[in-house]
Amino acid sequence: KCLFHTEGLFKPEKKKKKNFDMKNAVIGNNRQKANLIVLGAVPRLLYLLQQSSSSLELRTECAVVLGSLSMGTENNIKSLVDCHIIPALLQGLLCSDLIFIEACLRCLRTIFISPVTPVQLLYTDPTVIPHLMSLLSRSQHTQEYITQIFAHCCKTPEHQTVLFNHGAIQNIAPLLISPSYKVRMQALKCFSVLAYENAQVSMTLVNVLVDGEQLSQVFVRMMQRDKPIEMQLTAAKCLTYMCRAGAIRTDDNCIVLKTLPCLVRMCSKERLLEERVEGAETLAYLMEPDIELQRIASVTDHLVSMLADYFKYPSSVSAITDIKRLDHDLKHAHELRQAAFKLYASLGSNDEDIRKKITETENMMDRIVSGLSESSIKVRLAAVRCLHSLSRSVQQLRTSFHDHAVWKPLMKLLQNAPDEVLVMASSTLCNLLLEFSPSKEPILESGVIELLCSLTQSDSPALRVNGIWALMNMAFQADQKVKVEIVQALGTEQLFRLLSDPDTNVLMKTLGLLRNLLSTRPHIDQIMSSHGKQIMQAVTLILEGEHSIEVKEQTLCILANIADGNTAKELIMTNDDMLQKIKYYMGHSNVKLQLAATFCISNLIWNEEDGSQERQDKLREMGFVDILHKLTQASDPNLCDRAKTAMQQYLA
Amino acid sequence: MALPSCQQRALRRALCSTTVPTRHCRAAVIRGYLTAAVSLLTKMAELGAGSLLTGDPAFNYHEHELNERLKRLYPAVNEEETPLPRSWSPKDKYSYIGLSQNNLRVHYKGHGKNHKDAASVRATHPIPAACGIYYFEVKIVSKGRDGYMGIGLSAQGVNMNRLPGWDKHSYGYHGDDGHSFCSSGTGQPYGPTFTTGDVIGCCVNLINNTCFYTKNGHSLGNNLMKNDLRPNLYPTVGLQTPGEIVDANFGQQPFVFDIEDYMSEWRAKIHSMIARFPIGERLGDWQSVLQNMVSSYLVHHGYCATAMAFSRATETMIQEDQTSIKNRQRIQKLVLAGRVGEAIDATQQLYPGLLEHNPNLLFMLKCRQFVEMVNGTDSEVRCFSVHSPKSQDSYPGSPNLSPRHGATNAHLHNTGADSPTCSNGVTPTNKNKSHNKYTGVSSASSSPSSSPSSVNYSESNSTDSTKSQPHSATSNQETSDSEMEIEAEHYSNGVTESSTRIMNGTYKHQEILQADDSSVGNGVADDSCSSRQLCGGNQAATERMIQFGRELQALSEQLCRQYGKNATHKKMLQDAFSLLAYSDPWNCPVGQQLDPMQREAICSALNSAILESQNLPKQPPLMLALGQATECVQLMARVRSGSCSFARVDNFLH
Repeated sequence: KCLFHTEGLFKPEKKKKKNFDMKNAVIGNNRQKANLIVLGAVPRLLYLLQQSSSSLELRTECAVVLGSLSMGTENNIKSLVDCHIIPALLQGLLCSDLIFIEACLRCLRTIFISPVTPVQLLYTDPTVIPHLMSLLSRSQHTQEYITQIFAHCCKTPEHQTVLFNHGAIQNIAPLLISPSYKVRMQALKCFSVLAYENAQVSMTLVNVLVDGEQLSQVFVRMMQRDKPIEMQLTAAKCLTYMCRAGAIRTDDNCIVLKTLPCLVRMCSKERLLEERVEGAETLAYLMEPDIELQRIASVTDHLVSMLADYFKYPSSVSAITDIKRLDHDLKHAHELRQAAFKLYASLGSNDEDIRKKITETENMMDRIVSGLSESSIKVRLAAVRCLHSLSRSVQQLRTSFHDHAVWKPLMKLLQNAPDEVLVMASSTLCNLLLEFSPSKEPILESGVIELLCSLTQSDSPALRVNGIWALMNMAFQADQKVKVEIVQALGTEQLFRLLSDPDTNVLMKTLGLLRNLLSTRPHIDQIMSSHGKQIMQAVTLILEGEHSIEVKEQTLCILANIADGNTAKELIMTNDDMLQKIKYYMGHSNVKLQLAATFCISNLIWNEEDGSQERQDKLREMGFVDILHKLTQASDPNLCDRAKTAMQQYLA
Repeated sequence: MALPSCQQRALRRALCSTTVPTRHCRAAVIRGYLTAAVSLLTKMAELGAGSLLTGDPAFNYHEHELNERLKRLYPAVNEEETPLPRSWSPKDKYSYIGLSQNNLRVHYKGHGKNHKDAASVRATHPIPAACGIYYFEVKIVSKGRDGYMGIGLSAQGVNMNRLPGWDKHSYGYHGDDGHSFCSSGTGQPYGPTFTTGDVIGCCVNLINNTCFYTKNGHSLGNNLMKNDLRPNLYPTVGLQTPGEIVDANFGQQPFVFDIEDYMSEWRAKIHSMIARFPIGERLGDWQSVLQNMVSSYLVHHGYCATAMAFSRATETMIQEDQTSIKNRQRIQKLVLAGRVGEAIDATQQLYPGLLEHNPNLLFMLKCRQFVEMVNGTDSEVRCFSVHSPKSQDSYPGSPNLSPRHGATNAHLHNTGADSPTCSNGVTPTNKNKSHNKYTGVSSASSSPSSSPSSVNYSESNSTDSTKSQPHSATSNQETSDSEMEIEAEHYSNGVTESSTRIMNGTYKHQEILQADDSSVGNGVADDSCSSRQLCGGNQAATERMIQFGRELQALSEQLCRQYGKNATHKKMLQDAFSLLAYSDPWNCPVGQQLDPMQREAICSALNSAILESQNLPKQPPLMLALGQATECVQLMARVRSGSCSFARVDNFLH
C-alpha cells in the first residue's frame, strides 16, 4: 500500500499539501522514507527546492522533508547523494532567508556526518567554505550545523589548510563562549580536528584570544571536572594536539597539571567504554615523546593497574545478566584492548622502572602474548608495539620475555603480516636477538635467518633496516656456523646491494653486520678467504664515496678487523691503494677516523705475528712511521696512546 | 551606639526639658550640643581606627588569606561548632617533635635510631564532617637522614610515638617506600617515594569515605578507607630520623593540587543526584503543594492582586479574606513609605487592641516613627510641608516588599566593611559593637544564619549576627548580649522565627533603594534637591519631632515601670536620639537607621503580629520549608554526613 502519489507534486495547487502530508508521514519511519525515495520523490523535491519561482515556504518545506529523509538509513543517504542533493543544498545557502538556510544546513549536516558521504564533496566548489564561514554569524543554528560539518569533514592536512586559510580559527574561536552548549561543543571539536598534527594551526591557536582570554585557558576551563565528560575529553584532545605540534611545551602547567590528569581520569572505570578508549589513545599520544610526562602518568591515579581493567571485557557478569550489555562489551572489547596496549607502549617507552611496573601488572605478559595472535589487526599491532616498548629493557628481555616465550607468537606474527605490523615485530625481534637475550638461541633454531634476509629485500626502508639490524645483532659474537649461515643465506650480491642502499641506516647496519661477521681471527680469515675480493671492493667503494663520518668510521673499523686476521692481512698489505687510503685517513681532520685508521695500521704491524717484520718495513717505507710519530703528539689522548702503542711495535 | 554620658545628658536635656525655650533658643541649644558631640565622636572614631592598625600586618594578611580560602573551600562548616585545623598542636605531639613558624613547621629532634623513635604530631582540630571533602598539604623541606616520613590522618588518642598509619584509626603515606598504611604495621604498595622538595597532599572524602594522596599536584589514586573510618580524624605527620623537616599548608597558601576542581566534580554529582531525586508517585500532588506554597507566600506578604491572579490561574483556594489581605497590604505600604504614624493609626483602627497587647511592638513602631520624623517622611512632619498631600496613595519611592532570596549575596554582604547592619532583621536599631579582629570569624560562622533567606533559630544565632555587625563605635559586649537575649524572648522562641519574614528581600532592596534615594526621595516629597534636611527642613516639623521625642521618652519610662527595665528599648531609643547629634544624620555612624531598608524589619514584625492575631500562620509555609531544609543540612553535618557540604540550600536559591 502506497500512501504517496508523487504525481501530486507536479500539480501546483497540491504541492504544499502534499509536502505537509509527506513530512508528517516520514518522520520517524524509515520504511516510508525508503518508499518515498524509491518512488522518485527526491529529484522532484530538489527541483522544487531549486525553483526560485516557488514560494520560500514551499522551498523550506522541501528542505525539511529532505532533512527528514536523510535521517534514515545509510542507504537513504546514498540515494540522496546520488541525486546530487549536496550541490543543490549548497546552492540553497545563497538564499537570504534564514529559515530556509537553516533547513538546508540541517539537512547538509545530517548528510555530511554520515560515514557514507565522501567528505571531498564539501571542497569541490571553492566558494562553499568561504560562504559557510560568512554564515557563521547568522544564528546559533547555523553555527551549530556548520561547525559540526567542519568537524566531520576535516580529515586530511589539505582540509585543515583549506579551512585555516579561510579564517576558520578567527571565525570559530568566539563560538567557544557561545551561550549554546551545542555550539560550544561543536566549535571545540572543530579545533581538535584542525590542530591534529598541524603545526601551523597549533601555533596560531596559542595566540588566539577569546574575550581577552588565551585559548589554552579556555580549553583548561572546559576540562574542569564539573563540565560534561565529552567537553573535558575534547578540550584535552585540543591541548594534546597543540602540545604535540610543538605549540605548547610539555612542561607547561596546562599540560602537566590539567591535560594529563584529565586524560587519566578518562581512563577510569566510571567512564563509558568509548570515552576510556579515546582517553587512553589521546594520553598515549600526548606523552609518547616525553619521559617526564610518562613518569607523572605512571604514578597518577594508579593508571598502570587501571589499564588492566581494559582487558576484562566482556566481563563474565555481563554475559550472564544482560545480553545487550554483552553485545556492547563485545563491540568495544577490541578497541579497549588496543587502546590499553598503546598506552602501555607509550608509558614504557623510556623508563625502566615503568616497564617493570607494567610487566608486573596482573597477567600482563600473557595478555600481550595472546594479543599478538588476536584476529583484530589493530589489537595485534598495538600488542606488538607494547612488546617492542618493553623489549628495550635488558632486564625484561632476560626475565619475563624469556619466561613467557614471547618469541614464539612473535615469529608467527612475522609470517605474512601487513607491513606496519612487520615493522614493529621485526624491530622487537632485533631486541630479542641481542647477545644477552636468552631468547636468541631458540629464535635462531626456528630458522629466522631466511625470514630476516627476505626482509632486507623489502621495498620499505624500515623493514630493510630491521632485517639487517636483526642479522647484525644475531652475528654479534656468534658461532662460526651461524655466521656462515648468514652469509650464505644473504648472499654476497644482496650484501653489496645493501652497501649501496640509499638509506644510511641500512648502510650503517650492513657495515655493522660485516664488522660483527669479521671478528675473531679464524672467522676473519675464513670469510675473507671466500669473500675477500668483494669485501675489499666494497670497502674501497665506500671509502671513496661521499658518506658521513660515521659510515667511514665503521668502514675503517671493518678494515681494522681485516687487518687483525692472519691471512686476511695480506689483502690489505698487497693493496697499495688501500694503504694510501689508510694513510690519508690517519691525517684526516676527524679524530674518530684517525683513530680507526691508526688502529688498522697498528694491527698490521703487530709484532708477535708472522711476517710482522716485512710489514713494518714496507709501511715504514711508505711513510707511516712519520705519521705515527706525528700522531704521538696529538691532542686527543686516545689517538696519542694508540699511536704510541703502534710506535712501540717498531721499537721492540 | 552609646554616647559619652555628658552628651547624653545634654541631649536628654534638650529632649526632656520641662521649660520650653523659644524656638530660636532651642535650636541654638541643640546645635551647641551637637557640635560638641560630633567632635567627641570623631576623636573616638580615630581611636578605634588606630587600634585596628596594631599587630603584624603580614601576619594579618596571611590570616586573612587563610580565612578567605577556608571559607571558600568549606562554606558549610560552622567554625563556632567545629573549628577547622589551622596549625599543628603544640600539645598533641610526641616529645621528639619540634614546632616553629606559627606551629606550621615540624622538625624531628629525637635520636632516630629505629622505629621506636618515631614521632608524630596532630593538628589542633579534627576535620569537620561538614567539609565534605577536606584537603591539606605538606612540603618536605628536608628529608633528613633517611626520609622516614609519614603523612596522613589519625584519631585522637592514637599513640604519638609512631608514624601515622601503623596503628588502629590512623592512616599514612610514607616517603621511604611510597607505601600506604591503613591501620596496619605493614603497608600496601601505593605510590612513588617522596623526598626533599616534594609537596605531598592528603585528601579526605567524607562522602564516599575514601582518602587519597597527591604528590606535587598529581593525584596518586584512591586508597579505600576501612568502613570503620572513625569520626574526627586529625591531619597528622610523623617523622623518624634527624634532620627531617616538613611545612604544613592548611590553606595559608594556594594548594599545588587543584582541590577546588575535585570538589566541583562532587558538587556536580550531588546536585545531579538531588535534581534526579524521584518525587512521589502522583505528579499532581506535587504540583498542588507547590502552588499552595506560592499562593500562601503571596498572601502572607499582601500581594493581593498577584495572589488573586495566581489562585484564579491555578484554581487554588485562598484562606484569608481579601479585605484582610488588602488591609495588611495598606499598613505595610504605609510602614515601607516611612509613614509609620499613619500605619499605627490604621492598625489601631483595623485591629483594635493589637498594639495594646504588644507594647514592645508599639514601642518599636514609635521609635521608627521618630526616625522617620528625622527623615522627614512621617506624616506628622510631612504635614508641615506644603507639597505633601496627606492622603497619598502611591508611594513612588517606597520599597515594595518583593522578597528576593538573594542568598548568593549573603557572603558578599558579610564581607563588606560597611555592609548594612541588621543581618537578622530583628533589631534595626541595634548597633552593637564588636571589633574587627572578630568580625572575620564571627561573620564566617554566622554566615548561614545571616544569609537573607535562611532562618534564625536560636538566641545564640541572633547574638552572632549582632556581633558581626561591623558598624558603630563602642559599647560593651555584655550589654549587647543581654539585650539580644531579651529580644529573643520577645520575638523568637523556636525554630520558625519572625526573623525570616523580616529578612525577605532586604539585600536586593538595598541597591534599588539606594539608587532611588536621591531621585525619588523615598517619600520626602520635596527632597529632590541634593541635600537632605532634618525633618524636611521645616521648623515646625522639628518642634513636632522634639515633642514626639519627649513622648517617646515618656513611653519608654512608662514601659520600664510596667514591665521592668528593657535594655533593647533603651538601646533603640538611644540610637534614634543619637541621630540628632549630627549635622548630617544621613552620613553619620548611626545614619543607617534612616535607610528605608530598615523599615522592612518592623514592617514584617507588624505583619506577623496582625496575622497571628487573626489566627493565621505568622510564617509562610515556603519559608518554613526553607528553614527546615536549612536545618536538615545542618543536622547532616552534625551526624557526619559529608554530602551536606554540597547540598547547601543557598545553591538552589537563585
